[in-house]
Amino acid sequence: MADSASNDAFVEFDRVQKSYDGETLVVKDLNLSLPRGEFLTMLGPSGSGKTTCLMMLAGFETATHGDIRLGGTSINNIPPHKRGIGMVFQNYALFPHMTIAENLSFPLEVRKMGKSVREEKIKRALDMVEMGAFGGRRPAQLSGGQQQRIALARALVFEPELVLMDEPLGALDKQLREKMQFEITNLAHNLGITTVYVTHDQTEALTMSDRVAVFDDGRIQQLDPPDTLYENPQNSFVAQFIGENNTLEGVVKEINNGIAIVQLDDGELIDCQPVHESVKPGARTRVSIRPERVEYNKDRIQEGAHTLKAEVKEFIYMGDIFRTRLSVAGNDEFIIKTRNAPDVERLTPGQQIEIGWLPEDCRALDA
Amino acid sequence: MTDATSQSGPVLAADGTPLKKSLARALRLQKTRALMLIAPLLVFVLISFVFPIASMLFRSVENSIVMETLPLTVEELQNWDADSGQLPEEALYAAFIADMVVAIDAKKHTRLGTRLNYEETGMSSLFRKSGRKIKKLDPATDGPFKDKLIDIDKKWGDVTTWAVIKTHSVKITNGYFLNAIDMQRTPDGAQAQPEDKRILIKLFQRTLFMSLMITASCIMLGYPVAWLLANLPARTANILMILVLLPFWTSLLVRTSAWKVMLQQQGVINEVLVWIGLVADDARLVMINNQFGTIVAMTHILLPFMILPMYSVMQTIQPTYLRAAKSMGATNWTAFWRVYFPLSVPGIGAGSILVFILAIGYYITPEIVGGTKGVFISNRIAYHISSSLNWGLAAALGTILLGVVLLLYWCYDKIVGIDNVKLG
Repeated sequence: MADSASNDAFVEFDRVQKSYDGETLVVKDLNLSLPRGEFLTMLGPSGSGKTTCLMMLAGFETATHGDIRLGGTSINNIPPHKRGIGMVFQNYALFPHMTIAENLSFPLEVRKMGKSVREEKIKRALDMVEMGAFGGRRPAQLSGGQQQRIALARALVFEPELVLMDEPLGALDKQLREKMQFEITNLAHNLGITTVYVTHDQTEALTMSDRVAVFDDGRIQQLDPPDTLYENPQNSFVAQFIGENNTLEGVVKEINNGIAIVQLDDGELIDCQPVHESVKPGARTRVSIRPERVEYNKDRIQEGAHTLKAEVKEFIYMGDIFRTRLSVAGNDEFIIKTRNAPDVERLTPGQQIEIGWLPEDCRALDA
Repeated sequence: MTDATSQSGPVLAADGTPLKKSLARALRLQKTRALMLIAPLLVFVLISFVFPIASMLFRSVENSIVMETLPLTVEELQNWDADSGQLPEEALYAAFIADMVVAIDAKKHTRLGTRLNYEETGMSSLFRKSGRKIKKLDPATDGPFKDKLIDIDKKWGDVTTWAVIKTHSVKITNGYFLNAIDMQRTPDGAQAQPEDKRILIKLFQRTLFMSLMITASCIMLGYPVAWLLANLPARTANILMILVLLPFWTSLLVRTSAWKVMLQQQGVINEVLVWIGLVADDARLVMINNQFGTIVAMTHILLPFMILPMYSVMQTIQPTYLRAAKSMGATNWTAFWRVYFPLSVPGIGAGSILVFILAIGYYITPEIVGGTKGVFISNRIAYHISSSLNWGLAAALGTILLGVVLLLYWCYDKIVGIDNVKLG
């Protein structure tokens, strides 16, 4: 999805800032625009400002500065109940004193819909999440996963164009979470609703989203589709935060034809792709390499690959992959992942090996 | 294990004893320990709570004094028909003298007089006066007694006197309960008291009405405070909580007397109103020694008992419920009324039960600020216990009060459901 979609942007954050105490900014200069129908995830560690952004969009927090627009009109001064935004909360927030059907009926009743219309919509929403038989139950009688579905149905029953989800899968176990990830994305795409999803779980963000906004320190560090985010992280934070990552520190020697030569702290020279704007000759840099892009089998090291000596520290058999911890260029925490195949050698701690990677998989980022 | 499952009999433990038995043995030590821990409280509750209440319940129907003091007379009275309008025979008078001589020796006749005086005024003095003269008679030699006794006091020649004694000679009586609901036990069965003596039903009604008023005003005043307590930041909420609990640190008497200072006609409120000019000096408001005074003072005293259960329930209501409601399009008011309020009802229920039950039996505050119009049934009970010494009636009133509370509790359980009452 194109970044420059601001003409037909459905949700738009325009230079939004937020401060709670008047001294520090929780959200610093946020610019973001979503086209209709997009599934956008706000990902980041706790305290990075992602939930605050969601709450500002929902109307429970007011922006200290800047404009939030929905469908082209500023909603800064519109109270939450007039925004018509569906919301799924972390703890579901199903009303415990109402049955499931009454819970779903609530948003329709406050919209003064007739009984027959309500019943039809409730039925459709419950069927949509495959919970048709549960209308008469109370939330406490349902399991976590079922409550999650009901919360989803309740947020969708009044057919909002925008749905916000605040870590909705946080309380579920791993298996259920994976199932629900799939169901939520399917539902959102089938219904064509625009979704803003907040999570601190990067797997969730990668598997569900059209685009992911990585938050840190009140700013969006990178806003890209999942594959770009993983393969082309723009800075060290994103590289560290998304997926597993190996970091080697050094100084940029020179940049030639789009290739940076970095001298690592132990004197080794390697070729990298200069990514971050701070990568200039003489500047310190962190070099990022994904563990699965490093090979140690001589046959598999491709031509043009850069090779380095390494010592095996630990070798862990994980079934589908081997996870090896190495000491490389003074870094004892260098991880490589190798697919389990008949021709792959199993290593033993203390073994001296040679590893290699392609210069395009090696990214020089900010220090 | 295979043995145990293949047998059709009871499941056995590893050593062959039935599993239930060995489980009971294993748990016995725990149970004994638990019992030992609660033993002091159990004994205390038995002595200070169960026993007094049982004794009170019994006292409200117990009436052996007539039979014990005048055993022969009571026996003779069986043969006498009060409806005939005829005075009893000589045999009864003789039996009465014989009983009285014994009773006078043991100084029991005045107590009997007091007892019968509850039913018929003048009985107390009759027994006391006659006692002095009967003392000089010898039951064996001085007969016949009928005319002598009527000479001593002409009331002994009145059929009603004997009828009263006969009516109240039963061992277990409903007389106190009839009195407690403004009726009396007469030779012709239960009948209404004379109009000028009917005060207790009115007092019960007033007690109920005022307790409900107090409960209602506690809800009105307490709900917003509890809401603030549950929703303010912790620091501010703590200060507010101290303010709520502050009254508990002051003596009840001091607080009640303070209301006297506030509310009386020369008191703070009236003075201020007169000074502002809202009220004329000669038309000062009467705010004490009436129902208003009692309701104000008791609302103040019982308010913490309403706020605390409400607060602990409101604390458990997650703020996301309100946010969820608003995100679905509910206005602030709808979100409160449809979501927050129903969830806080258990707290209101718990607080109301607590306040209502405390209020209905309250004594000290109505006594001080209630005057005559603002007193409760409990003040009447206290009067009968300490002044008129009619403990039977006091017990009957107390039993009815207990019954009313239990009945209301039962109704509450039926309507709201006691499971819906939470203290947190």
